[in-house]
Amino acid sequence: MSIASTTQQICFVVLSATTVVGSLGVVLLPNIVYSAFLLGGVFLSVAGLYLLLNASFVAAAQILVYVGAVNVLILFAIMLVNKQETLAAIPGLLLRRLLSGAVCAGLFALLLRVAFTTAWALPGPPPVGEEATIRIGEHLFTDYLLPFELASVLLLMAMIGAIVLARRDVFTTDVITGEPADQGLIEKERTPLLIETTTPEPTLLSKP
Amino acid sequence: MLSTGPLGAAVAPPGLDLQSSFIDLAQGLGLTAGAARLLWLPLPMVLVLVGAVVGVLVSVWLERKISAAVQQRIGPEYAGALGVLQPLADGLKLVFKEDIIPARADSVLFSLGPILVVVPVILSWLVVPFGQNLLISNVGVGIFLWIALSSIQPIGLLMSGYSSNNKYSLLGGLRAAAQSISYEIPLALAVLAVVMMSNSLSTVDIVAQQTGAGILSWNIWRQPVGFVIFWICALAECERLPFDLPEAEEELVAGYQTEYSGMKFALFYLGSYINLVLSALLVSVLYLGGWSFPIPVEWITGWLGVSPDAPLVQVITGSVGIVSTILKAYLLVFFAILLRWTTPRVRIDQLLDLGWKFLLPIALVNLLVTAGLKLAFPAAFGG
Repeated sequence: MSIASTTQQICFVVLSATTVVGSLGVVLLPNIVYSAFLLGGVFLSVAGLYLLLNASFVAAAQILVYVGAVNVLILFAIMLVNKQETLAAIPGLLLRRLLSGAVCAGLFALLLRVAFTTAWALPGPPPVGEEATIRIGEHLFTDYLLPFELASVLLLMAMIGAIVLARRDVFTTDVITGEPADQGLIEKERTPLLIETTTPEPTLLSKP
Repeated sequence: MLSTGPLGAAVAPPGLDLQSSFIDLAQGLGLTAGAARLLWLPLPMVLVLVGAVVGVLVSVWLERKISAAVQQRIGPEYAGALGVLQPLADGLKLVFKEDIIPARADSVLFSLGPILVVVPVILSWLVVPFGQNLLISNVGVGIFLWIALSSIQPIGLLMSGYSSNNKYSLLGGLRAAAQSISYEIPLALAVLAVVMMSNSLSTVDIVAQQTGAGILSWNIWRQPVGFVIFWICALAECERLPFDLPEAEEELVAGYQTEYSGMKFALFYLGSYINLVLSALLVSVLYLGGWSFPIPVEWITGWLGVSPDAPLVQVITGSVGIVSTILKAYLLVFFAILLRWTTPRVRIDQLLDLGWKFLLPIALVNLLVTAGLKLAFPAAFGG
């Protein structure tokens, strides 16, 4: 066994262990901040697995998108809203945990069975290596054009939705309550608490 | 140095190739090819790590001297000639300081944060070329790897900001993350325009595409807008002064670094300067022709009538390449330091406005214009 393949195997074992232990931590840890940081670690070790498979472009994209954007945004959201409040215990928590554990175990058993019964074509096709970037580009603009464009339409929809939610002034009425949602409209329609009966003295501000 | 791709095997690249010389030498001493390669592997890594740290010392000294000159002071003078040993003294002081973890801080995350800030920056030195074969690894995704790695850094900043159990730290960490996300996009778009012209993500290919006519073929003439966008974004990513909101003294004490002392603080300090030097190096690679001399070395050897493949000429050419890369980078570091000591800090809303409403549209237009020019004038824009 050569030095290269030994190194590769050690890397594979370490990366897989990190992925499995890290993702268990993401699910099981009670502190959501730890879960979010561990999620970043899991993404990084998955990127390492891609590197072992000679897919350096996918690995870099994984780091850029999942670690650099998704995970940072998750952390950002958690840290902006993290109020350290003590949550009331949900009734039947044990039953819920047992049920979700059973579902996960079932899925795991199914995946194991698939993994062991499928006749994998080993060894796989030779890695394209540095050409991968060009190949990915070609695929994205030929046979995977429709999914690619659909994904971009989905992202555009999400973006427009976020803008609409953030800019409340585009709505005239609130969707749920039916009341005017625009701050200007609310102020116009609200009857003033103190209705003045006499004409006020001209103040400094109201003078022309 | 480790390029083993199909291209590297087909065309023997010109210039100094220390790896093959070293392996030939080791094999001549009776080692197997694998053992020789294994002996070679750590050498460039250690060399680049030492180079990065020395680069930091030099830029800290420059920062002290230039800030002194800007403010009409003398600056460090007694530690060594012209105070060149002052950065070493600073470093030693930080090593000997007590390492404090605040009582109610999260000690694990508190210790992990600075490491996560420094490691990606040092890893990014992997792709910085000092010559045709003078880099650690000519990876195919080159410059994209740097963009991806630099996106890990905000996690470390958020981590240290959160775990310090300090409001200033948390705010500093959040600001750092917001700033880093905002400026990554125009940065990547500016890089994309260069990549489009050179048809490759590899830093070596990007520099190779800028050789030919010396200073006239550098990307700065073809990508002036991209150069400015990249430099602004790089400064913002490094949190240098016009954009140093995450650690703004007047508002946030020291931002995410507030609770840190000793070696952990030194890691932040080191990380920010390594990042500055790295950004300057990458600007010189992307826009200022990397290791190429303003007058092509091939012309000079032609005038002198010497063969460019002679060993001595190759050594001289390689040294000229290294020196010119470093000189270009330090010229940019000089500008960054001058900017830091002469410009006021922007506000957070101005920062985000500049990033999203100005740089992002300009970078998109720049990309579109580059694509159009590439189609119209393929000879000049790398068709």
